[in-house]
Amino acid sequence: MIEFCGLQIDHPIINGSGTFDAIAARRAFGEALLADFPFSAFVSKTITLAPRAGNPPPRLWETAAGMINSIGLPNRGLAGYLEHDLPRLAALPVPLITNVMGSTEAEVAALVEAVDARPEVAAIELNVSCPNVKTGLDIGADPVSLAALVRAVRPLTRKPLIVKLTPNTADVAAVAAAAEDEGADAVSLINTLRAMALDPRGAGRTWLGGGSGGLSGPAIRHIALAQVFAVARRIAIPVVGMGGVACGAHAKDLISVGAVLVAVGTENFRDPCAGSRIAAELKSLQIAESPSSSMNAS
Amino acid sequence: MRPIAPLGRRRVVVTSCDDVGAYRVVDAADPDGPVPAAGQFYMLAAVHCWGATENERPFLPRAFSFLRADAGALRFMFEDVGPGTRRLAELTAGDELWVTGPLGEGFRAPNPSPPARRPLLAGGGIGVPPLAAWATELGTRPRALLGFRDREHAAGAAVMSDAEVTVATEDGSVGHHGLVTELLAAELARDPHAIVYSCGPPRMLEAVRALCMEHDVPAQLALEAGMACGFGACYGCVVPVRDGGYVRVCVDGPVLDADRLEPLAEDAH
Repeated sequence: MIEFCGLQIDHPIINGSGTFDAIAARRAFGEALLADFPFSAFVSKTITLAPRAGNPPPRLWETAAGMINSIGLPNRGLAGYLEHDLPRLAALPVPLITNVMGSTEAEVAALVEAVDARPEVAAIELNVSCPNVKTGLDIGADPVSLAALVRAVRPLTRKPLIVKLTPNTADVAAVAAAAEDEGADAVSLINTLRAMALDPRGAGRTWLGGGSGGLSGPAIRHIALAQVFAVARRIAIPVVGMGGVACGAHAKDLISVGAVLVAVGTENFRDPCAGSRIAAELKSLQIAESPSSSMNAS
Repeated sequence: MRPIAPLGRRRVVVTSCDDVGAYRVVDAADPDGPVPAAGQFYMLAAVHCWGATENERPFLPRAFSFLRADAGALRFMFEDVGPGTRRLAELTAGDELWVTGPLGEGFRAPNPSPPARRPLLAGGGIGVPPLAAWATELGTRPRALLGFRDREHAAGAAVMSDAEVTVATEDGSVGHHGLVTELLAAELARDPHAIVYSCGPPRMLEAVRALCMEHDVPAQLALEAGMACGFGACYGCVVPVRDGGYVRVCVDGPVLDADRLEPLAEDAH
């Protein structure tokens, strides 16, 4: 068991928000999903106040060692989440972390208050990769905007508050420090890197229906490593590391630079049980390298 | 009850492969998988040289409806059109595949209440496999109208062993010279008491959809869409529906009623 923001969880591997739909996966794989749930805590996809249909297709582009997505955060909206999704997610055998996003402080506050009132939710993650309506900059790209947001919503919940940082910023550690200063309990990083793909038929037309998208997968792993390293050196609160993790050794790398938990994202698409596989691989690596193990070996 | 996939991907061994015209037909042993329903699909990836090839593609698994499923064995059909299908088409006996599935919702039998409707299969190209599986499952030797580009591709019609097949080719080298939708239009004009089951390239599927709507004939379309996962996680494979918003091809389809759908985009994958 490990401790994360007061939650007791079985192992350090969770999912990245929006990379595993436990409700759809239960339809595909049946009750076996609950018996062998791949993650030690489950992070919901991003919930917004109003329902969102998401971006028009095409939404995906495979790249060298990764993919670009332009999904556009489709979700049922807060009311739909509370009524439809939450009872189903509460049936999962692990703690539930609900990820929320709003384009104004008032929107985020309404989301945090509503989710705070639900005992099924163990923790709240703020998606701050959303443009500030006044400046047009992503809230999470600017330490000042981010600080203001966390300051506004921190008093609204006693549940652990995790800030999901964007890598699309000049100094991610400064943003992390702002989150810590305003009372965040943890930060998670990295989100996808802004990217685009061109229509293969030429003419310089963008391929993705949403215009640009986010790059993920092995292609970004070393960027994640650098950013988690920089953030973990700067702040004292726990860090959830993610970005291109596909095996136990990758998870171990992020832990070695300061991550307490590691989230798996794109690899879930290739391997639905990536979470449990990576947790097992990580455990074997840690056992093999523990001092008692080397003494036994000698 | 729809067959449920075992949790996770499983490693299976290719047992044989064969060229059928422009296509590659690959058999794999799948002792641990359930018997799928026609129209369901699997996510496939070669165990080796997938995500670690010269230019690091293919990376994501690819979705394929099965062509045939016998006890403990699956058959797929590929056409080499990109890095993923190229890698799958070069597999030989003894190579290994990662398989996740069966996934999604397959074809549904005609509603037994009157008016009685005869199943009519229409499709072509790489859309033949789910129709062939459906003809086998129906067991009534339905009529199947299949369109292909040319003679080499039309050889793929040979996999449709459990239907009465009429072929069209765009270059006129085999069968009707023209599009499969021309055959379908004639067929529906002759006898509109049909239910159409269709799978094929986007432009063909859209033509089938529009034709069936025009004739007020129910149709079930097996859609293709680029998808990263196949089990509802990535939200990448959506198509717009008439009552607003999108549905995911992987969990709400791949077989969807034509009257639910907005016109299909040509390049949505």
